[in-house]
Amino acid sequence: MVKDSSAQASGPVDRSSTDVIDQAIAENRHLPGALLPILHAIQDRLGFLPSGAAGRIAEDLNLSHADVHGVISFYHDFRSAPPGRHVMKLCRAEACQSMGSQALEARLKARLGIDFGQTTSDGAITLEPVYCLGNCALSPAVMIDGQLKGRVTPERLDGFIASLEEKP
Amino acid sequence: MTATVYVSRDAAALSVGAEEVAQGIARAAAARADQVDIVRSGSRGMFWLEPLVEVATPTGRIAYGPVAPEDVAALFDAGFLKGGAHRLSLGPTEEIAYFKKQERLTFARVGVTDPLRLSDYEAHGGFRGLRAALAMAPRDIVEEVVRSGLRGRGGAAFPCGIKWRTVLGAEALPKYVVCNADEGDSGTFSDRMIMEGDPFVLLEGMAIAGLAVGATKGYIYLRSEYPDAERTLALAIATARQAGRLGDDLLGSGRAFDVEVRRGAGAYICGEETALLESLEGKRGMVRPKPPLPALEGLFGRPTAVNNVITLASVPIILDKGAKYYASYGMGRSQGTLPFQLAGNIKHGGLVEKAFGVTLRELLYDYGGGSASGRPIRAVQVGGPLGAFLPQSRFDTPLDYEAFAAVGGMIGHGGVVVFDDTVDMAKMARYAMEFCAIESCGKCTPCRIGSTRGVEVIDHIRAGRKPAQNLALLRDLCETMTHGSLCAMGGLTPAPVLSALEHFPEDFGASPAGKVS
Repeated sequence: MVKDSSAQASGPVDRSSTDVIDQAIAENRHLPGALLPILHAIQDRLGFLPSGAAGRIAEDLNLSHADVHGVISFYHDFRSAPPGRHVMKLCRAEACQSMGSQALEARLKARLGIDFGQTTSDGAITLEPVYCLGNCALSPAVMIDGQLKGRVTPERLDGFIASLEEKP
Repeated sequence: MTATVYVSRDAAALSVGAEEVAQGIARAAAARADQVDIVRSGSRGMFWLEPLVEVATPTGRIAYGPVAPEDVAALFDAGFLKGGAHRLSLGPTEEIAYFKKQERLTFARVGVTDPLRLSDYEAHGGFRGLRAALAMAPRDIVEEVVRSGLRGRGGAAFPCGIKWRTVLGAEALPKYVVCNADEGDSGTFSDRMIMEGDPFVLLEGMAIAGLAVGATKGYIYLRSEYPDAERTLALAIATARQAGRLGDDLLGSGRAFDVEVRRGAGAYICGEETALLESLEGKRGMVRPKPPLPALEGLFGRPTAVNNVITLASVPIILDKGAKYYASYGMGRSQGTLPFQLAGNIKHGGLVEKAFGVTLRELLYDYGGGSASGRPIRAVQVGGPLGAFLPQSRFDTPLDYEAFAAVGGMIGHGGVVVFDDTVDMAKMARYAMEFCAIESCGKCTPCRIGSTRGVEVIDHIRAGRKPAQNLALLRDLCETMTHGSLCAMGGLTPAPVLSALEHFPEDFGASPAGKVS
């Protein structure tokens, strides 16, 4: 079974999320062009942007709800649903393609039973595409929970997955 | 006696185990009661040798690599702390041909110094450029940069000094310096290497830019895919502020300049300068029509110098050693050096800083050693996802902005992505359109709609459906995108598509002569 993050309702904002959102606003609202820093601060702490976040930010920054929603939906990084315990980003760009990333992509999707943007049914791994990690001399590359990995062979990839599945 | 060992902290080196190797060396040294000082430097840029371990000896640094954690014990047994012989020994680092033949101006310190130790930076020429600039009038700084011939290293190659002249001449205040660190092109990593391996040089370059144009505030717009660079920059900025190299009183001069890092959010288009400015303002990264030029109406509507990381990092040496020195490298109107990045299916991938004029063939074979797979190199994409695919017949063109443009290429940010003979060029053309469809900001129709139509048409061609008509349609679509798009994203996506079609027609089901079978 697959959880499709786009179909998953994030529900009402709970108390602790509200605190995180308010704190992110308070810490960054003085910055010129504060919206991206605020969104990052929330997602850094919660892993995604809860559905109530846009309204609260809009009110505080004196923007329309549509303005904030438009920014959130424009950028690939921002998620509207919680990711799995681990996030694996696979580079799809040219340098990695030249070193077999498409075979890795197929292997990864088959092994995990998910497509890009989805999370495994046990909630362990969310798979996302990325367009260049700046590790193009050591292609193919992936990023796991913010850690860059290079020269990723099928065996190395299997090892990463196995260790992620075990890790809480 | 304490031995000094160097292990890189560059994200690419870490991606293949440099951290584990450094920890292994520390543990082994402790167990053997050897005194070892482990310096976490930037990378020398010889990535096929990472994790590279270097040891300081009286005759210079000796290199070992690629070192796996399980090699560490044997290295100690071989007396590597004194430069002892071992099967992984590469001899003196700076005698390795790949490194020795380079002309490292911008990357002079990368891999050599501890990127976060200010004293190390200054001992290797750091802040000499800023000191010189502080004694000059803004106009003189700008003219020095004009004379150096430095052109924008982000891809567009616009003369840096001319841009600064415009910002200096603008009257509105405040003015800004914005560093474009949204290095999104596949096959490029030189910005990342500077930010992780010598961050002070970027801060120094930005401060000089601020003095030149009359700005006291700088922003680094950093792509979110570079978390290691973000951490390093944060530490470097804090250190520089504390030491009076940033802040209200630059080097005791009473002049002010400070820098703030802003993280992007995974949009390739934000490497385009006007989309970047929109993003910095907290908006969708939508391209602005030009004019007005960002130099006159940039960030928050104010005059803004937007420059790439490598451009800014090349400024300190120009102010330190003079425009003439910098301009003595290169050829024609391409003066100075460019850090080329050898990437993809290449045996010796890495960073090669050379004066303009080196040929692709030299880079691919003399430095790169041919393909990683050992198969013949069939195509090379220079200049990122918007750069043309070039066949063997173009490999002898010198890498000079004008000469390369004359054969339909674009040097761009200096990325060179290599493909062997297993590549399907029709698939690569399709990917170019797909990438544009994914990353288009959506503001102009040719890019937003054209890229999706491009994918469909190439799918038809690959499936053999009405190939002649669809090839004509594809060329027509490319013409519309080239001439009708607002920025280089839609305007240059046809470059990889049409070059694939021109040089590799057989992959599109046509005979090599270009006729559809």
